[in-house]
Amino acid sequence: MPAPPPSRLSAPSERSSGASASAPALEVERIAHTYRDRSGREVRALENLWLTVSKGEVVALVGPSGCGKSTLLKLICQLTSPDAGTLRGEPAVLMFQRDLLLPWLHALDNAALALRAAGRSRGSARAAARPLFAELGLDGFEQARPDELSGGMRQRVAFARTLLSGKPLLCLDEPFGALDAITRMQMQSWLEAALLHRPRTVVLVTHDVEEAVLLADRVAVLSPRPGTVLAELEIPLARPRARTDPLVAELRERALRALGLDAARAGATGTAGIAGAAGAGTAGVAGAAGAGGERSPGPAASVRGGGGVHPAGLARR
Amino acid sequence: MRRRAAYVLPAVALATAVVVAWELYVDLGGVDPFLLPAPHSVAGELWNSGGYLWQNFTVTAEEVLLGLALSLAVGFVAAVVIHLSPLARRAIYPHAVGSQAVPIAVFAPMLAFWWGFGIFPKLVVIALICFFPIVVTTVDALAAVDPEQLDLMRTLDAPRLRAFRLAELPSALPGALSGARIALAVGVIGAYIAESQTPTSGTYTGLGREINADLASDSTARAYAAALVLFLFAIACFYSLGLVERRLAPWTRRHRGELH
Ligand SMILES: Nc1ncnc2c1ncn2[C@@H]1O[C@H](COP(=O)(O)OP(=O)(O)O)[C@@H](O)[C@H]1O
Ligand SMILES: [Mg+2]
Repeated sequence: MPAPPPSRLSAPSERSSGASASAPALEVERIAHTYRDRSGREVRALENLWLTVSKGEVVALVGPSGCGKSTLLKLICQLTSPDAGTLRGEPAVLMFQRDLLLPWLHALDNAALALRAAGRSRGSARAAARPLFAELGLDGFEQARPDELSGGMRQRVAFARTLLSGKPLLCLDEPFGALDAITRMQMQSWLEAALLHRPRTVVLVTHDVEEAVLLADRVAVLSPRPGTVLAELEIPLARPRARTDPLVAELRERALRALGLDAARAGATGTAGIAGAAGAGTAGVAGAAGAGGERSPGPAASVRGGGGVHPAGLARR
Repeated sequence: MRRRAAYVLPAVALATAVVVAWELYVDLGGVDPFLLPAPHSVAGELWNSGGYLWQNFTVTAEEVLLGLALSLAVGFVAAVVIHLSPLARRAIYPHAVGSQAVPIAVFAPMLAFWWGFGIFPKLVVIALICFFPIVVTTVDALAAVDPEQLDLMRTLDAPRLRAFRLAELPSALPGALSGARIALAVGVIGAYIAESQTPTSGTYTGLGREINADLASDSTARAYAAALVLFLFAIACFYSLGLVERRLAPWTRRHRGELH
């Protein structure tokens, strides 16, 4: 039973009217994915999920942990296939949640792995990776073994490897999720600059709403498992963006509300993370859903039901 | 230097304690020296027959090292084939297990019939004995590769064999080398079996035959001396391969400096 896509909270063509002439970089329609473990127990990770990404657009996916974000990226990158629905789009490369640097290769060779995977020789892969390596602020660390690199540098090497695959669509799975707060902020600015310098189509998974607002053109908010897009939020702010910009703070609060989280309270817990708020978050979601509202579409109801958020007013302020 | 001493000393201390206890047991316990020679008479044999033992040792050492090389080559190829093809796994694996149970004596005459009195039939025997630990550890090491690393190779569009070469092979290397070390230790006793079971020509026939001959002629002390040489040889081989592993796979600092 094909369900309609969730009502977008803004007119789709508003921001990307220029890009809409060509085919989108990614069209995900109605996909579902269920895991079955050995005992036959089923985990419905994704259900009835729709998503369209235009060329050159940066779309952030935020959602509670375990809602199927990584699964969605694996589907987009064709590492698994969906149980239902269709995916169309440009070739996509996945930057995994873990950096997956190979411990027997030094940093430059780890970045160049993308080229060697494509059949280039060791020497030519290195030569081709070197300029990007410098550009990403990694010069001087070419010969370092992965375990000699800091967390931020490891992520940059993994990002270099992802870029060097040459694919037009980048899927980044919580690239800074494992970093400490300060390094994460540095890396967010760094990624913003890197994308300004070489624009790419990006699907960025994050549990950090502030990160989503800082980096993305559009934020898609996912429901708890089985994941589906609850709301989309345009971020029509010029770059580079400042964390302290009141507009950033406001959009961040809207995204949090779309997630069913009390923005003021979640904000008080620190870096606006769903991860941080996850424990409290589930309670918060259930609470938002009303009396005994299990995992029924609580947050969706709270967003669409106009619980303080006016759909039309969201993107166009 | 002090660290190295710290690694070696415990083994030396234990050996000293055993030798002292053994000496006392033989001297004071009235043990028949043809049954159990005292350490001092074993040491005497080592001194008196040193040259003779050395010549036999070189024969055996050559057999062990070449046999191991043969078995590494064949075992490694078999492990890769088993890893890449479930069909090959089902076909080969049970036989590799079963082959461990077949006494060499059953088919040793045939090996000699095919390849004569030279070194080759002995290498085959040693390789057969070493084959199993090499295949099992290598197959396990290949199977233990992080599945996400394989997904990474897929998202980078590496064809299957290139992914194998770039990701699985290096990550399985330490495990495969551990298999080689086990095989080396087993290979020394394999050489004894090989020498015992296949006919030999030549002046020096290897320590295995040497031990059998000594035992038959009541030269028990010299048999013990020869066994001691094999004992030390196995230790030396095992730790040398540990050094090789450190060179080839320096990223696995599994034992923080220890070689085993
Ligand atoms: N290989 C798997 N087998 C079974 N269940 C899985 C597997 N991978 C993920 N899951 C489950 O599917 C759900 C979604 O997982 P995932 O996509 O990793 O979520 P997220 O990235 O949003 O945290 C989770 O509940 C997780 O436990
Ligand atoms: Mg995830």
